[in-house]
Amino acid sequence: MSEPLLKVRGLKIGATVYPPGEKPHNIEIVHGVDFDLERGKVLGLIGESGAGKSTIGLASMAYGRGGVKITGGEVWVNGRDILKTSLKDIRGLRGGEVTYVSQSAAASFNPAKKIMDQVVEAAVEQKKFSRRQAEERARALFAKLGLPDPDKIGERYPHQVSGGQLQRCMTALALCPEPDLVVFDEPTTALDVTTQIDVLMAIKEAIQDTGVAALYITHDLAVVAQVSDDIMVLRMGDMVEYGETDQIINRPQKEYTQALVSVRSIEHEEKKPTPEPVLSVTGISARYKGLAFDVLHNVTVDLHPGQTLAVVGESGSGKSTLARVITGLLPPREGEIAFAGRKLSRDLAGRSREDLRELQMIYQMADVAMNPRQTVGTIIGRPLEFYFGMRGAEKRKRIIELLDEIEMGEKFIDRYPAELSGGQKQRVCIARSLAAKPKMIICDEVTSALDPLVADGILKLLLDLQKIENVAYLFITHDLATVKAISDSIAVMYQGRVVRYGSKSQVLSPPFDDYTDLLLSSVPEMRLGWLEEVVAHRKMESAGH
Amino acid sequence: MHPIVKLVSQRFALGLLLLFGASAMIFGLTEALPGDAAQAVLGQSATPESLANLREEMGLDRPALTRYFEWLGGILQGDLGQSLTNKLDIAESIGNRLGNTLFLAFWAAIVSVPLAIFLGLLAVRYRNRWPDKLISAVTLTTISIPEFLIGYVLVYFVAVKLGMFSPLAMINDSMSLGQKLNAIALPVIVLTMVVLAHMMRMTRAAILNVMQSAYIETAELKGLTNFTIIYRHALPNAIAPIVNVVMLNLAYLVVGVVVVEVVFVYPGMGQYLVDHVTKRDVPVVLACGVIFAAIYIGLNMLADIVAILANPRLRHPK
Amino acid sequence: MKNIPISAAIGLFLTAMYFVGAIFAPLLAPYGMAEVVGDVWEPSSSEYLLGTDNIGRDLLSRMIYGGRTTIFVATMATILSFTTGSILGFLAAVLGGWADQVMSRTVDLIMSIPSLITALVVLAMVPVTIPVLILVMGFLDATRVYRLARAVAVDINVMDYVEAAKLRGEGRAWVIFREILPNALSPLVAELGLRFIFMVLFISTLSFLGLGVQPPLADWGGIVKENKDGIVYGIGAALYPAVAIATLAISVNLVADWVLNRTTSLKGGRG
Repeated sequence: MSEPLLKVRGLKIGATVYPPGEKPHNIEIVHGVDFDLERGKVLGLIGESGAGKSTIGLASMAYGRGGVKITGGEVWVNGRDILKTSLKDIRGLRGGEVTYVSQSAAASFNPAKKIMDQVVEAAVEQKKFSRRQAEERARALFAKLGLPDPDKIGERYPHQVSGGQLQRCMTALALCPEPDLVVFDEPTTALDVTTQIDVLMAIKEAIQDTGVAALYITHDLAVVAQVSDDIMVLRMGDMVEYGETDQIINRPQKEYTQALVSVRSIEHEEKKPTPEPVLSVTGISARYKGLAFDVLHNVTVDLHPGQTLAVVGESGSGKSTLARVITGLLPPREGEIAFAGRKLSRDLAGRSREDLRELQMIYQMADVAMNPRQTVGTIIGRPLEFYFGMRGAEKRKRIIELLDEIEMGEKFIDRYPAELSGGQKQRVCIARSLAAKPKMIICDEVTSALDPLVADGILKLLLDLQKIENVAYLFITHDLATVKAISDSIAVMYQGRVVRYGSKSQVLSPPFDDYTDLLLSSVPEMRLGWLEEVVAHRKMESAGH
Repeated sequence: MHPIVKLVSQRFALGLLLLFGASAMIFGLTEALPGDAAQAVLGQSATPESLANLREEMGLDRPALTRYFEWLGGILQGDLGQSLTNKLDIAESIGNRLGNTLFLAFWAAIVSVPLAIFLGLLAVRYRNRWPDKLISAVTLTTISIPEFLIGYVLVYFVAVKLGMFSPLAMINDSMSLGQKLNAIALPVIVLTMVVLAHMMRMTRAAILNVMQSAYIETAELKGLTNFTIIYRHALPNAIAPIVNVVMLNLAYLVVGVVVVEVVFVYPGMGQYLVDHVTKRDVPVVLACGVIFAAIYIGLNMLADIVAILANPRLRHPK
Repeated sequence: MKNIPISAAIGLFLTAMYFVGAIFAPLLAPYGMAEVVGDVWEPSSSEYLLGTDNIGRDLLSRMIYGGRTTIFVATMATILSFTTGSILGFLAAVLGGWADQVMSRTVDLIMSIPSLITALVVLAMVPVTIPVLILVMGFLDATRVYRLARAVAVDINVMDYVEAAKLRGEGRAWVIFREILPNALSPLVAELGLRFIFMVLFISTLSFLGLGVQPPLADWGGIVKENKDGIVYGIGAALYPAVAIATLAISVNLVADWVLNRTTSLKGGRG
């Protein structure tokens, strides 16, 4: 058997950490990982945050980000151990044999230089191609990656093209020097779901056409299943499971992998609408101060007691603006909001304390939704004190009850938010809103900042609490898997309008309008061959039209 | 209109507005505060009658607004009024002194700007190692001592103990450039030390900020040499903040000059201003105040305009 | 107070020493402040530890009393600048709208002129006394504190937890004192140290120019002015204030650095 392109043995990576109030010290973040990558193959590295996947990817270029250092093991590329070669030799490797595609192309392109200059730079510097040849290659790659106006786009500056286009330019940058290996580090994570599918397909085709090998790093198993031959599951710097994609997706051996595969498979039976909705939004149009156009156009939706209305849309669809209007932070230009049988004042100042108490909100970023100088007890206790006048032992008893409800318990009462994990923070925010005994909670992307398994836990908790407290959720999200998991009714938003609205079963069954169809079909599914199917389907449809 | 032209002209207009506001404020301060030129001439023991007479004579009994616009109009035509104490034309007295002050500030800038950028780069290159720490310790010390004391420390150790350079920076037109430079050597060193610390620290921060960007990592992962990375990727983005830093510190130099001139008895604007503040010569104080403010506002405006011009997002709009 | 780094401990100790010296100056100084005890510019001896000044007063006593004046004026001006600046800055951030506009533009205008120049213009008009100096320095410097306080409060004001408090129906007092203030305190405290140093430098400069503390009252800037003529004869009496000011400034800097580091790392938490 020939030598693999990339051979990693016993790779250990350390980092220097600077904890508050302590001396800086070294910790190990990857504890000895082995894998091989043959020429022309794609290996997916998957794991939650802190798994060490990006660090391992960069180690294949002998690079450590920030205070990260490779502390042990071997990394063989093209038959030599790159951890033992000279810096000069490593420079020849980086940008020549191995190239890199980062998560944020917008930050990774130099704002002061034209795209073309940056795309061809490595190829020319590494003396792989002449400037003219490299530019020709770049234009061909631009075309192959489906960029508009491939002959001219290189003359633009990075801020002059869209995020999805720039991500493709970054792929062109990586492929231009004709490398043996490309490291893709979450290349589609920052993109909207309908953009992601195009970029994903472009990357996949480019890999196939050029025969380059790739390390594909992501936290999304459904995405990596579409592009990779093998998958390695990582957790806290250790390898959990390593095998062919088909085996990992369809016959996972380890419990952790099974959990990752079955993520978002929460079953939730749709409830029938009640006669009296708790929230009734009618004909809302709204605009931000100083803007001459509406960002919400005539939005009308109902939410029934004890049920969940999912408002789904991509960035810029107006879904978060709708939440601001309902809370009273942004008074609407037109339209009415009825809540619990009474008409709500347009702005916050005009609402009664009862209105405020019954309508609570949970935020996306739990870190900044809690005052870092208050303890968990103060945070949860304040609504009890403020709305119900609770004091002393009575208040403490209720706080502990609430902490039990969110499955955390009394021991957290004196902790500060900085001492909690991401999932725990979000749980405390949930407890704070429950403390007000609300009729309805607005959940604004509450799981998007969390790892999939933690997010699942939060969703399950929300559903359980709904059963106990009979609280209604207005659930704002961009993630259709979440929508399917928890909603009773769905409103799909696009460019400030509700384009589709009804019960979950209605909205998710055909016939679809164009946008909902695009949105639904763009959500990666956890099965092999899904990407090809969608793309083939779309090509057929556009040919038919 | 190209957005950059719009932004620059907006910033320019703001500068003019600030200048106008600053002149009004300086004039307003002298009006609002108790005491005026007549009081200053006659002293605290003057009788109300004699004060009223002198006020009428000097035109101080007319409304403040009228006098402000007369004064402003005069400045625009180069007429700064007359000194109370020696009855000399202020514009004439200032002319030569302003030249001297700018001469001093110019040489301080020539020495300090390249030195600050060099030290800033050095500190970044050896970040958190001893050269960086040494530079930061020395600059922390110079920031912590007032300009005039640095001046006397230098006079004591360099001019008196070592016998190098003159403790007094007297210059006049009959001196050659070399003689002049020899005379101002110590004040230039003091001014350099004063602005160097700020300039070097801000340069270091600006370069570090650029070096930590993701596009520098991209460049490293292209296998480029350190020199190419700095020259091709860091520099185009670091120039704007560095020029900005330089401009802001040159503005700071204006203040440093006032004190340093007094220390070295240098015949410049600062010395002139301080003398006449002590003598309560209001017209001279007003004139000097406005000129210092104008230089300061102008340099601040230039700093902002450079930042606008260097921003690629503004230079190449969508 | 555990884990206090050695540099901050030294800074804290020296700063405390200076303040103790300022408060107990009459007990510590071997001679009276304006008492002529010897010849002009006597060298240091067991009798006069730092020697005597330009008219034969004990320099050590002058330095101790001078420190008292300098530190007193700087402290009062810092308190004035801090209370005015931070109250107005917070108000501007929370009120927003035209109140913010008026205050912020006024501050822009005041800051468009170097504060030394503005101070000189004012001091040309009014008699120079200690209360006047404190007022002029305090108000001119309040503009910087205002900018910082406003910027910090604006940053905090858009945080989700402040929005959550507003949605809960909390009043303005709760929002300012319970949500914003505790989080704004640490950058402001660090700034407090820097402002104090700046005030020490400012009053020393004014006194040196003859427009600050008036003789026979001693202060560090004034001591330089009184003794500067000795320098050309190789008499270093004017340089003692340099040592005093520099050590005080560096000590306060070290403490401020520590406060800032300690409190910013608290916010980050585990990442």
